[in-house]
Amino acid sequence: MLPTLMGRIQTRIVALLVIGGIWTLIITPVLPINGPLSDAYKVTFRILLAVTVLGIGWELVYHALQQFRWEKDWPTLFGLLTGFNEGALVWLLISADAIPGIKSVPGDAFIIDFATTWLVVWLWVNGPMRVPFIRWRFRGGSLFGGAR
Amino acid sequence: MTTGERLTTGRETRRVAPSDLPAKRAAASRSGAAGTGDLTAELLETDWWTDDMVARAGIPITDVPFVTVGGGIGSFVTVDYLRIAGVPTSDIRILTGLEHPWQTYEYLTRVSQIPRGERLRSDSASRPDNIWGFPSYAVAEAMAARKPREIVAPLFQVLVEPIFADYYTPRAGQAFSGMEREAARISYFDMLEHGQVRMVRRREGGGYFTILTPDASGGGPKRLAFRSKFVHIAVGYPGLKFLPDLQDYRTKHQDFGRIVNAYEPHEHVYEALQKQPGTVMIRGGGIVASRVMQRLFDDRAKHGAQTQILHLFRTFVTGSHGPSIFMRRRGGDGWAYQGFNYPKSVWGGQLKSRMRRLEGEERAQLYKVIGGTNTPYRRNWQRQMRDGRAGGYYRTHVGEVDEVYPADDKRVVTRVRTKDGVLELTADYVVDATGLEADIAEHRVLNDLLEHGGAGRNPIGRLDVERTFELRGVASGDGRVYASGTATLGGYFPGVDTFLGLQIAAQEICDDLARRGFCRRIGPFRSTSQWFKWARNKKI
Repeated sequence: MLPTLMGRIQTRIVALLVIGGIWTLIITPVLPINGPLSDAYKVTFRILLAVTVLGIGWELVYHALQQFRWEKDWPTLFGLLTGFNEGALVWLLISADAIPGIKSVPGDAFIIDFATTWLVVWLWVNGPMRVPFIRWRFRGGSLFGGAR
Repeated sequence: MTTGERLTTGRETRRVAPSDLPAKRAAASRSGAAGTGDLTAELLETDWWTDDMVARAGIPITDVPFVTVGGGIGSFVTVDYLRIAGVPTSDIRILTGLEHPWQTYEYLTRVSQIPRGERLRSDSASRPDNIWGFPSYAVAEAMAARKPREIVAPLFQVLVEPIFADYYTPRAGQAFSGMEREAARISYFDMLEHGQVRMVRRREGGGYFTILTPDASGGGPKRLAFRSKFVHIAVGYPGLKFLPDLQDYRTKHQDFGRIVNAYEPHEHVYEALQKQPGTVMIRGGGIVASRVMQRLFDDRAKHGAQTQILHLFRTFVTGSHGPSIFMRRRGGDGWAYQGFNYPKSVWGGQLKSRMRRLEGEERAQLYKVIGGTNTPYRRNWQRQMRDGRAGGYYRTHVGEVDEVYPADDKRVVTRVRTKDGVLELTADYVVDATGLEADIAEHRVLNDLLEHGGAGRNPIGRLDVERTFELRGVASGDGRVYASGTATLGGYFPGVDTFLGLQIAAQEICDDLARRGFCRRIGPFRSTSQWFKWARNKKI
């Protein structure tokens, strides 16, 4: 997929919330988080939401960087590697108590949760997503609206 | 064929008056009397035909809602979309002189040095045999491999491209065998009508007549008329065009062996050079020049050929180039480097979106910026050229050609005006790898559409199409003509002349036909269920 700005943001929100959401439902029970499962879900879904909201800001940065590329593309590898900076930012914000509703989360639980969700969403966006949405890849990643 | 050359030829090509075209003259003189089953003078001269006129001529009429003219990969991917959208085979006819859709493409790639085992210049997710592009060629190649290295290599390459590896590209053979499988799955061959299409004319009351001259061997009717509501035109390249100085040489000296076009069979050049040392001049700086050079370098390495290569550039690219820091393409050693024939985002990202909104001169201008002859940066080609420069058997020159003439020993001399004066370069063979294309009017069906069908030209001289690939000015009642492929270059979508471009056109056409009630629009559920059928190779 060769993203436009609108396409990036739409794909980010939909893929993280739907595919990331399903994955978070699956992975949370096995994460090393103490306490009742409902509390663990509160933490993991808040992390997912934080990644989504912060991600909109990140997409603006990526879009700006993309302007320096002649092809105006965003290589597959970038989509994977940006997990590092995004994960680090979320972790920093959690440590600084800046994400509402998350007091603390064990480091290993965060890494497993974030890394696997990132990987699952990245794999989905780079392949199977083309199956239900045949127009999506030709429209810069937009799922809604007339923008192409 | 390289894009930049195409862009310039759109305007520069000699415009042939219709009366000068051999095909047109022949047809006119052959026009039959009424009732003989041939085209009558009345039909030839009339833009809008009535059912009576065709009946009077004695041409048998077949009714079918949709015909596609061409039968190459453009027709194939369009029909693939329609079949997946649920259109029955009885509603589609493919009018073609080809036996199978990849026939012309395979011929052109083979002679221009991409046999089945070599890799194309095409993206992993550009699969003409799979409208979803999933799984991509790289994944499919990995799945079909046996050895661990062969499984990992394509996946790793597609993961790290284009930063840490060259772009992954599929082997030509993989593309052809995929199309073969998909053609059988959608019953493609049941829809074929063999022959040469002569013309498409609008019909009084709506729709079109498409005239097919069937293969003579059958002894059947001289002409067949297909009466349809929709017509799709995908006739491919109107023809090859030589550099004028090389054409002059061939005509004047009747020498067709020493000066060859990379798109015509020229195996004799490589064979002769393997037998005895010689010099080859390559003209052009695009993908075809790269391919021909690779073959010459490979022959040196594998067969001990002692070939000297003179490479003549008209424009020598020395480094990154472009109008601004945000629009700079890499280049060097004469070449402009680009993974595919356009910047990648024309097939779905920012440039596709931007071009879609531009008209007239602005559009032509952006075409100029993103166009220009270019070739991919491939590590093995770079190594071969480095070795060639170091070994003194690969030399580049820059300049305009004044004249090409034979030397006393029958070799070919090219007189070049360079910035340091006039240079005379002698070679045993000259390969024209500029990939120039003829004007669209040199194709008789396209010419007839321009002359009689109401079709017009876009800002760079090709067929003027809407964003939906509907041919402008050719509507007939509620009937429409669509066109895809190289004939439509210069429209709202630039990457027409590629696998993915043909699929993008097919999707637009299919969606437009759905709006007009011809077929269903493929939504997420149908798309998914049809993908599973594709994956199981279930016939539809």
